[in-house]
Amino acid sequence: MASVFGSTLKRREDPRLITGNGQYSEDIQLPGMLYASVLRSPHAHARIVNINTDAAKALEGVVAVYTGKDLEGKIGTVPTAWLPPDSNIQTPPHEVLAVNKVRYVGDGVALVVAENRYVARDAVDLIQVTYAPLPAVAEQEQAIADGAPILHDGVENNVAFHWQAGNATDDVFENAEVIVKQRFRQQRLIPNPMEPRAATAQYNPATGEMTLWATSQNPHIHRFLLSGILGIPENKLRIVSVDVGGGFGAKIACYPDEAMVAYAARDLKRPVKWVEDRRENFLVTSHGRDMVLDVEFAGTKDGDFTAIRVKNIANMGAYLSTAGPGVPTILFGLIVPGAYKIPYAAVDVYGVFTNTTPTDAYRGAGRPEATYLLERMVDLFAAEIGKDPVEVRRRNLIQSHEFPYNTAMGLEYDSGNYEVALDKALAMVGYEELRQKQQELRSQGRHLGIGVTTYVEICGLGPSQVAGAVGFQGGLWESATVRVHPTGKVTVFTGASPHGQGEETTFAQIVSQRLGVPFEDIEVVHGDTNRIAMGWGTYGSRTTPVGGNAIAVAVDKVLEKAKKIAAHMLEVSEEDVRFEDGKYSVEGAPTRSVTIQEVTLQAYLAWNLPQGVEPALEGTAFYDPVNFVYPFGTHICVVEVDEETGDIDLVKYVAVDDCGRVINPMVAEGQVHGGIVQGIGQALWEGAVYDEQAQLLTGTFMDYAMPKARFFKEFETAFTETPAPQNPLGVKGIGETGTIASTPTVVNAVMDALRPFGVKDINMPLTPERVWNAIEKGRQEA
Amino acid sequence: MSQKQHVTLTVNGVKRSLEVEPRQLLVHALRDDLGLTGTHVGCDTSQCGACTVLLNGEAVKSCTTLTVQADGAEVTTVEGLGDMNDLHPVQEGFWEKHGLQCGFCTPGVMMTAVGLLKHNPNPTEEEIREGLEGVICRCTGYQNIVRAVQYAAQKTSQQGTAVEVAAAGSGSEE
Repeated sequence: MASVFGSTLKRREDPRLITGNGQYSEDIQLPGMLYASVLRSPHAHARIVNINTDAAKALEGVVAVYTGKDLEGKIGTVPTAWLPPDSNIQTPPHEVLAVNKVRYVGDGVALVVAENRYVARDAVDLIQVTYAPLPAVAEQEQAIADGAPILHDGVENNVAFHWQAGNATDDVFENAEVIVKQRFRQQRLIPNPMEPRAATAQYNPATGEMTLWATSQNPHIHRFLLSGILGIPENKLRIVSVDVGGGFGAKIACYPDEAMVAYAARDLKRPVKWVEDRRENFLVTSHGRDMVLDVEFAGTKDGDFTAIRVKNIANMGAYLSTAGPGVPTILFGLIVPGAYKIPYAAVDVYGVFTNTTPTDAYRGAGRPEATYLLERMVDLFAAEIGKDPVEVRRRNLIQSHEFPYNTAMGLEYDSGNYEVALDKALAMVGYEELRQKQQELRSQGRHLGIGVTTYVEICGLGPSQVAGAVGFQGGLWESATVRVHPTGKVTVFTGASPHGQGEETTFAQIVSQRLGVPFEDIEVVHGDTNRIAMGWGTYGSRTTPVGGNAIAVAVDKVLEKAKKIAAHMLEVSEEDVRFEDGKYSVEGAPTRSVTIQEVTLQAYLAWNLPQGVEPALEGTAFYDPVNFVYPFGTHICVVEVDEETGDIDLVKYVAVDDCGRVINPMVAEGQVHGGIVQGIGQALWEGAVYDEQAQLLTGTFMDYAMPKARFFKEFETAFTETPAPQNPLGVKGIGETGTIASTPTVVNAVMDALRPFGVKDINMPLTPERVWNAIEKGRQEA
Repeated sequence: MSQKQHVTLTVNGVKRSLEVEPRQLLVHALRDDLGLTGTHVGCDTSQCGACTVLLNGEAVKSCTTLTVQADGAEVTTVEGLGDMNDLHPVQEGFWEKHGLQCGFCTPGVMMTAVGLLKHNPNPTEEEIREGLEGVICRCTGYQNIVRAVQYAAQKTSQQGTAVEVAAAGSGSEE
C-alpha cells in the first residue's frame, strides 16, 4: 500500500465548504429564534449614571432588554484562565455587562433581544445612557505613569502582573565586549478571522439542557468556563463548533456575549442568535501583540552571543482576557534565546491595564514578539561588529549533535538541524549572488535589501505538568477515540478543534496509515462537546503534535486488541501474528491471514472471542506529551525600497520550514503561506491605532490594512524533515511558523536596504511614510 | 418599520417571491428568508467580499445590495454554482489547489473568480491578484487561490466552453 502519511491528498473538508453546505454558527436556524444585539460603550472610560430602556422595550418586536444591573447576581463574571505564578496577578471582575463603569470603547452596556436582527439593532439605538466620562489611557507606558487614570479599584498604577524569568545579571553586560541596545514596539494587531464571532443558543426548559453553537477554537474550554458563568452543569451544556471561519487566537477566549446569549435563551425559553458585525469584531474580540520591548544584547567582537535581557511592558487592555496573561510572559519569555547558544537570558514583564480592547493570543502568541526582537538584535549586532548577518547566525546556531539542548530559559529543545534549513534557504534564494547584486544596484542608487531569520518555535502545547507549573488553569493533553464500526468504517473523535487547518484530512491520513484502512473509510469528528469526551482545543500549534499523537496512541490500542482476536481466528499465538497494510497474517505462512475488517466484524459479533477479550473495537487515548515540540527553519526575503517614495517592493520570499514529519505537504504548505502573509501584514501594513481619548481609529476594513492578494508575488516554500524524537508520529506544529518568521525577515530586509542611509530601526508597520521619513532623517544626520 | 415590498427574484434558477422591508440587505434575504446560508457576511463596509453573489451574471456584494434592488433579477449563489456531481471549474480549482482553509470567505471568493473569468478568461497571475482586490482571505495567503483560479481558467479553456454558471434547477416556479 502506498504511504498515505506524507502524501498530498485533497481535503475532506472542502466538498461541503465549496458548495455552500458548511454549518457555521451563524448558519443555525431554529424555530422561534430571536436575535440579540449589544449596546456598547462609546466612551473609553466613564461612569454609568443612568440607563433608560423604556423606548427600546416599547418598540414592536422587542422581546427583552437587559442591563448590567438586571443581570447582577444572576450570572457570573468572565474569568481569566492563565495566572502566571509569582506575578502578583490582579484579576478584577469582568462583568458580562458593565454595571457602574465602562472601561473601553465596546464594553457591553445592554443586551436587546428581538424578533429579528433589524429590530434588535433599532432597539439598541433607542436605549438612552447617561455617562459621566472619565479620563482614559490607551498606551501602556502612560498607564503606569503616576497620575494616570486608574481602571480598576485597588490595582495600583494599572499593573495587572509583574513576571520575571531567567538570569542575566548586570556584570555579564558590564564585562561584554559588544553591547547593542534597542527599543522595539510590537504594535497592536487585530486578528480579524473572516468569520466574526457568533452564537446561537437553545435551551430546553424541561430537561435543563443548553446547546450553544459558538465560534470556538476550544469548545470544551468554553463549556468548562461557561458552565461556571451560567451555573449550568457540564453534563447539561453542549457547545458545538464544527465549522469555524478562522480563529488566529481570537476564538480562544471566553467572552461576555456568548454567555449572555445563552442566558437570554434560558430566560426567554426561546432560541437566541447573536452575530457580531465587523465593527464589533474590531472593538470587542481580542486583539494581539502590543508590547514595548527594551532589549540589551551582548556578545564578543568575533561574533559570539553572550547574553540577552528584555524588559516587556505589555498592554493587556481593560480586562485580563482568558489566556491573555500567558502571552507576554510564558509564551514570550521562554523562547527569547531562540535558535542560538546564548548562555544568559532574562525577561522582566509588566502586564498593564489600559482603556482598550483586551489582548490575548494572536497567531504565534508571544513567540513572534520574541523572535522579532531577537532576529532584529542579531542583525543590529552583526552590523555593529561588521559581519555578515548569515555568518553571525551560523556561528551561534545550536548544532544538530547538541540536541536535546537545554537553554538559558530552562527549556529542553527536542531536535533540530538548523544549518540544513539555513543552507537550503540560502541556496534557494541565491544568497551570494544577491549580495553582489545588492552592491551593484547600490552604485546605481537602487536599494535592495536581504533579510534573514533563523527561528525556532516552541509549540505543541504542551505537557500538562508544565501547564500547571506556568499557571495555565487547564490541562494540555488531548483526547482521541478511534471507533471501528462493524463494517470496518472508522470514526475518529478528537478533542482538538480545527477551524481551517485541515485536520479532518490529515488525521484521517494518520489513521489510514496506521490502521491500514482506506482513507475514504475514515471520518473525523471534532467540535462538539456531546460527541467528544474532553479536549483542550486548537491553538499553540498543538493540534497535530498533541491531538494527532493522541489518535496514533488510540489506534495502537485498537491494534493491540485486534491482534488478540486475529490470533484467535488464525488459531496461532499472538507472537506468531504480524500486521501489515491492514492485514494480520501468520508469520512464515502469509497466505493464512485475516483483514482488520474481518477481525472487526468478529469483535462485534462476539460469537467466539478469546477469553477475557471484550466485544467491540475501539481505542481511546488521553495523550499527554512529555515535552513541547520545536519546529524551526530559515526564511529569507528580498525587498527593494524606493528612496523617493519609501515604497517597499517584495521582490522575493523564500521559506524553509522543518515541522518534523509532514503528513500532507499541500496542507502544510498552505499553513506556511497563510502565516507568511499574516506576518508580513504586521511588518508592512497592519496596526491598530487609538487616539488620545482611547477611541479606536482603525475600526473597519477601510481603516485597518488587511493584506490583499495583489500585495504579494509567489512565495517559494520548502520543508526539511527532522523527525520529532519524543512523540510517536515524529511531528511538530506548522500553524504559526510563518507568522513567527516572516515579520522579522521582512523588517531585516528593509533595514538592510536602508543601511546606506544609516537607518537602524523603524517602528512597524513600515509604511512608505515612515520609511521615507527615516530615509530623510538619515540623510540629514549624514 | 416601513411597509413591506413585494419582490420577485430568480435564485439559482428558481423563481422566488418575497415580502421584504425596503431596507433589507440582499444577503439577509438569501440567508434568512431563503435559507441559502452558503453566502456569508464578513464585514459591514463592503471590503471583504465574503457575501459576493452573481446578480444577472455580474459579481456583486450582497451585503451592500438591497433586496428590492434585485427585484426581477437573476441571482446565483454558491449553492447554484455547482454540486459535487457537477462542480464548476472554479469550485474544482479551489478543491484541487487547496484554495481554501476555513472556507468562510470561499463562496464569495469563488463568485468573484467566476466574475473575473467571465471578463478575462485567461488572466495572468498579476491580473488574478488584481481581480481579487475586492475580497479578503485571512487563511490562505492567496497563493493557492491564485492557483485555483489559474486551474479554473485552464480547465475552462481546455473544455472550450465559456465560463458560465450552470444554474441549478429548471427555472420553474417555486
